[in-house]
Amino acid sequence: MTDLKECNVLLTGASRGLGRALFEQLAEAGARVVGIARREAPLQDVASQLRARGLDAHALGGDVGDPDAIYPIAGAAQALIGPIDILIHNASTLGPTPLGPLLDTPCEELARVLAVNLLGPFRLTKAIVGGMLVRGRGIVVSVTSDAAVTAYPGWGAYGVSKAALDHLSRSWASELAGTGVIAVSVDPGEMDTEMHRAALPEADPNGLARPAQVAASLLERLREVRAEDSGQRFSLAAAGPR
Amino acid sequence: MNAAAWPRADRASARLLLLDRSSGKLSNRCASDLPGILRRGDLLVVNDAATLPASLQGEAEGLGPIELRLASEDAGTWRAVLFSAGNWRVPTERRPAPAALGVGTRLKFDGLTATVTTVLPQSPRLLSVRFDQTGAAFWAALYRAGRPVQYAYLSGPLRLWHVQNGYAARPWAMEAPSAGFVLTGRLIAALRSVGVQLAALTHAAGLSATGDAALDRALPLDERFEIPAACVEAIARAKAGGARVIAVGTSVVRALEGRALERGGQLLAGAGQTALRLGPGFVPQVVDGLLSGIHDPAASHHALLQAFVPRDWLDRAHHEAEACGYLEHEFGDVCLIA
Repeated sequence: MTDLKECNVLLTGASRGLGRALFEQLAEAGARVVGIARREAPLQDVASQLRARGLDAHALGGDVGDPDAIYPIAGAAQALIGPIDILIHNASTLGPTPLGPLLDTPCEELARVLAVNLLGPFRLTKAIVGGMLVRGRGIVVSVTSDAAVTAYPGWGAYGVSKAALDHLSRSWASELAGTGVIAVSVDPGEMDTEMHRAALPEADPNGLARPAQVAASLLERLREVRAEDSGQRFSLAAAGPR
Repeated sequence: MNAAAWPRADRASARLLLLDRSSGKLSNRCASDLPGILRRGDLLVVNDAATLPASLQGEAEGLGPIELRLASEDAGTWRAVLFSAGNWRVPTERRPAPAALGVGTRLKFDGLTATVTTVLPQSPRLLSVRFDQTGAAFWAALYRAGRPVQYAYLSGPLRLWHVQNGYAARPWAMEAPSAGFVLTGRLIAALRSVGVQLAALTHAAGLSATGDAALDRALPLDERFEIPAACVEAIARAKAGGARVIAVGTSVVRALEGRALERGGQLLAGAGQTALRLGPGFVPQVVDGLLSGIHDPAASHHALLQAFVPRDWLDRAHHEAEACGYLEHEFGDVCLIA
C-alpha cells in the first residue's frame, strides 16, 4: 500500500487529458509532483492553479522524444522535489492524424512515434530507476493502450509503440525483481480527451469515460500496487472496443 | 600518470588496484572483480548526487565575458568561482586571472541572470551569487545554459549523461562523484547476488580544482549532505555482523565521518554541512574501506587516503599503478582500500 502523501512523482504528458487529471489529483493527494509537457504554457497554468491552492506542483517544459531533454528533466525535477518515488510515463503521440494505414505511414513518422512513446520512457527510466534501486523502492508506471494488445487498422504505429512499451515495462520488472522497484503498465481505456478526438473524431463523447474518473482509478490502483504486481499490465477499462 | 581522456564504453572494465589493509599487499584486479573481492554482508555506500551542469558561460556587466563555475548552494544562494573568458580546453592554471568583481555586479548567462552578493574572504574569485530566477524556471534555465565542469585532459566536450552515476538522483554535485562510475547495472546486480549490500546518501561534491593556488588550498569548501535513516540502519547492520563499510568515493567518507564527528562518533540520520578535511592521523569512525579514483599524489585526495593507509604504502601503490599503465582522474582506473 503506497501512501501518495509526501511521495515524489514525475509525470510526463501532464498538460492535458489523463495527464492533467493525474497532475491535479496527485497534488491533491499530497504528493510532490513535477509535470512535464512539450507545450509549456498550458502546463504552467495547471501548475500555477495547483500552487495557488498550496499544493506542491511544478511544471517543466520538455519533449521526452528529445534525447537531450532527458537528463535536464531528471535533474531539474529532482532538484525541485527530491528523489523520485513514482515515475509515470503518460506522454505519448498518436503519430499523424487522421490515423491512416501503415502503407501510407512515412517511416520517419513511425520513428517519431517510437521516439516519444518508447525511447523517451526508456531513457527517462534509465535516468531515474538507478536511484530507486539503491534506495530500494520506487514505482515506474507506463500508460499503455488496448491498441498494444489488439491490432486495429490505422493504429499501427501507435499500437506497435505501446506493445513495445508494455514489454519494456515487463523487461524492467524482470531485471528489477527483488530490488523493491516495481514496474507496471496501465491501460486507462477509452477517454474523452483531445487525443481521442484526434484519433476518432466521430466517436460519441457521451460514451467515453472522463479523464478525472480514470485518473482516480489509476491512482487507486497505484496505491494498492505491491512487489508481486511488478511486470503486470492492468486494464482500467470498463468495456469497449478500444 | 596519464589521464583517461574519455569515458570507457564499459565502465566496469576499469582496472582496480587493491590495497589490502590487513596484509599491506597490492594486487592488480578489475572493477568487475569486485563481487569476488568483497565479502557477503559488506556494505557499499554510494553518493547518489547527480551532477549539475555547473559551468556557465556569460558576461559580467561592464567587464565582458566570464565563466562561472558553481561550487555549492545554500537555500538559493550559490557560491561560485569566477574564471576569465575561456573554457575547459585551457588548463585552469594557465587561464589568466579574471578581473575582480564588486558586490552588486550583474551577471548574465543564456536565460539566467544573477547578482554578486558577496566576495568571500578566501579569494576575490570566490563569490556568493543570487539568481533572479527561482523554482522550476531557475532549474530549467540552469540546465539549458550550463555545461558539465571538465578539465583540459579530456578529449572532447562532455554531455550531461557522461557525468552521471547509474544511480544518481538529486543534482547536488558540481563535479561527478566519479568513484561510482564503475558501478554499472551488471556489476550492481552481481554484487547483490553475492550478498554485498548497497546504501545511498547524498553529498554535494564541489569543485576539485580551480588552478588558483590560494583558492585550491581552500578546497574542499563546506559541503552539504543528507544521510537517510536507511543508510544509517544498513551501516549498523554491517557493523553488527562484522562486515565492512566501504565508501564509494571520498565524498561519502566526508559525509559519514563529518556527520559522526558532530556526535562524538555516533552516526545519526539527517542533513548537515561538513568542513571536514581528512588526512594523516584522522581515525575514521564509520568507514572501513574506500573505493576511489586514482589521482595525483599532490592532490588533497592523496592526503585523504592517508586516513586509511600510511603514506609509504600510498607512494608504493602510486608507483605500481604508474608502472602498470593505470589511467587517472574521473574516467580512469580505481583503487580499493579495504
